Amino acid sequence: MLRGKLLCAVGALVFGSVLAQPAAADKLKIDFWYGNSGDISKRVQEVCQHFNDSQANYEVVCTSQGSYYNAVQNTIAAFRGGKPPTIVQVFDVGTLDLMLSKAYYPAYKLMEDNGYKIDWSNYFTGIRAYYASSKGDMFSFPFNSSTALLYWNKDAFQKIGKTEAPKTWEEAADDMKALKAAGYDCPLAFDISQDESWQLMEQFSAVHGEPIATENNGFGGLDATLTFNKTKFVKFVTDLKSWYDQGLAKIKSPNTGEDYVAAFAAGHCQMTLTSVGDHGNIGRTAAPDMHWDVAMLPVYDGTKRHNSFVGGASLWVLQNHTPDEYKAAAAFLNFIAQPEQALFWSTVTGYIPVTKTGYEYMKANGFYDKPPYKGREVAIASLSVEATSSGPGGIRLGNFLQIRGEVSNGLQEIFAGKATVQQGLDEAVERGDAILRRFEQTYKGEQLP
Amino acid sequence: MAVSQPTTALDDPRRLPGVVGRVGRALRRGRATRADSATRATEKRAFFTSRSLGWALITPQLLLIFTFFYWPAGEALYWAFTLERPWGGGNEWVGFGNFAAMVGDPVYWNSIWRSLVFALSSTGLGMAIALLLALLTDRQLRGYRIYRSVLVWPYAIAAPALGMAFRFILAPEAGFMAFVNNIWPGLWNPALDGLDAMIAIVTAFAWKNIGYNFIFFLAALQAIPRSLIEAAAMDGAGVVRRMRDIQLPLLTPTLFFLLVINLTDSFTDSFGIVDIMTQGGPARATDLMVYKIYFDGFKGLDYSGAAAQSIVLMLMVMVLTFAQFRFVERRIHYK
Repeated sequence: MLRGKLLCAVGALVFGSVLAQPAAADKLKIDFWYGNSGDISKRVQEVCQHFNDSQANYEVVCTSQGSYYNAVQNTIAAFRGGKPPTIVQVFDVGTLDLMLSKAYYPAYKLMEDNGYKIDWSNYFTGIRAYYASSKGDMFSFPFNSSTALLYWNKDAFQKIGKTEAPKTWEEAADDMKALKAAGYDCPLAFDISQDESWQLMEQFSAVHGEPIATENNGFGGLDATLTFNKTKFVKFVTDLKSWYDQGLAKIKSPNTGEDYVAAFAAGHCQMTLTSVGDHGNIGRTAAPDMHWDVAMLPVYDGTKRHNSFVGGASLWVLQNHTPDEYKAAAAFLNFIAQPEQALFWSTVTGYIPVTKTGYEYMKANGFYDKPPYKGREVAIASLSVEATSSGPGGIRLGNFLQIRGEVSNGLQEIFAGKATVQQGLDEAVERGDAILRRFEQTYKGEQLP
Repeated sequence: MAVSQPTTALDDPRRLPGVVGRVGRALRRGRATRADSATRATEKRAFFTSRSLGWALITPQLLLIFTFFYWPAGEALYWAFTLERPWGGGNEWVGFGNFAAMVGDPVYWNSIWRSLVFALSSTGLGMAIALLLALLTDRQLRGYRIYRSVLVWPYAIAAPALGMAFRFILAPEAGFMAFVNNIWPGLWNPALDGLDAMIAIVTAFAWKNIGYNFIFFLAALQAIPRSLIEAAAMDGAGVVRRMRDIQLPLLTPTLFFLLVINLTDSFTDSFGIVDIMTQGGPARATDLMVYKIYFDGFKGLDYSGAAAQSIVLMLMVMVLTFAQFRFVERRIHYK
């Protein structure tokens, strides 16, 4: 009796697993794992669909892993298990982790080997620099790309007699005071709870041409040390704290009830600093009769403006795959680099085109001329500001998410009044340096590619 | 029968098998004696005659424990003594270097301290309120079966969903606490005040466990013979007196069981709530050990540091549980 039941169960299992095998497919399937979720995830699926519809030979199976962290984590697990996806999306600050992983097939080589001629100089300088090796070779394909902008409420600024966004922080401070005097409760919204080091510290340092770390922000070697406690960033935090104390700037986070993007969109706050990727979101959620626009991040008076850094993620092709699978991957990467796809992608998300031809194509199509997309060209301008000095094109530091965590903790101590600005930043730098040394020791004997 | 419930809860696969295995065995031993004596007269017992069938039945469980506990734990132990590259391809032996770095790091001590505060206060709060509710419910008990099923629901809510709800309820500028802040401006701000943030996660975690604890307390109270309470009442003992002198002493086995489970839970299962509600902040005020492990390992890709920390956490939970059995259980009488 029992044995009979057991046999039945085993039989059912075997039979089930046979059924579960995919039907013999004509197309070669490759896996693409990405981290976006929600609306952006749907858009990625649409891009995949476009590719699959255009293809007779290959099919890309796109799977969201829920978040950037999970995409990296799950890929590491799969890679260690010997079954990595062919293509994986890795966020900006994970670039160095990937570069040292020896787990990838460099993008430039992949395209070369599969007979595609890619004009890498077609990519915007700011974007190329972030993802290229020290020799200028591209190791991954920039995918969803953004940068930080100042969002400002035109209606509120009209009340204080202004038609333009502040260009300097001095001007911004005056505007905040004027807005407050005009009865606005929250002239500037910001947050320090998680990854806001991105716009507050990293992008601020970029546009001011200030170093975040020695060795050219880490591009020169793994022995870089952090320096943001000795730059204009200290002045910025000091000012931000004083604006906060005066009630001119307010912390808006999920923990206070409304995050800074939502607070700006609802018209509760009149300025904020966030990614151009939020442009579409704010456009959809903004109060109906609210007029708003974006501008480049302000710089301090007398500072020469430098290009901001690209944020977002790039696509890496991983090892342990067959030549055919690599052909499929190359076809997919080539497909998404086409101007038509750039137009689609930038329309449905808020991300910017990554190539000059994509940008020109979109301009020629009148994309930037009218709302709701008008204004997104500022991001391109911000990324393309001609830098006079040979400033770093990005950040190349290991375990950078942990360093962001230290920056957040430092800022939280400062704004909670538990540490002075200098103390808080010194501590963040000291702890961040320990993280860098640990990373250096983990990759002992390795050279930056 | 009430005694079957603790066993089911202990078989919960999310708990650390090593620790709870021991707790569970000890508990079952204790409970079994009580159950035996209570039911010896009525219950006919069955035995398996062949040893091999026993082994066959236990093998799947052993395999599961090996695959999901001993193997990864062994791997973690190895990583804790090396610097492991996340993508593989090399690791460097550092001996006790990872542990030395932890011990020398005030932030790590902070996280131990915060974990203890969190564990003790959330366990205390969750058990006290559940006990109070159970004592009150036990007095007038029409429809207690409904309470039993309804009140355990919070325990089934996924921690992130729970965190989301409490984040909203306790947000200083929205929800209920906005109202409180309107009356006393600046009173409550978990976004910047570490104490407020700790109160927030303790509240959320205790709320989750209250229903679970309540069920056990209620079942145990139901198991106390009515005659004892009635006798006390006839001797002139009031409600409070009866609770203190009759019910609470007879509840100690349940109290002890829940103490062990709640403490272990608050060390190992608090991560979801912290991740949604505070992300360990502000300024590390809610940086619990288990959250720090997640952050360093999964976000920071510092596998070795996270492995070393999880070894320490595991040892700590084991020592705590052992201490409870060694020192607290002695004062408990199961009969």
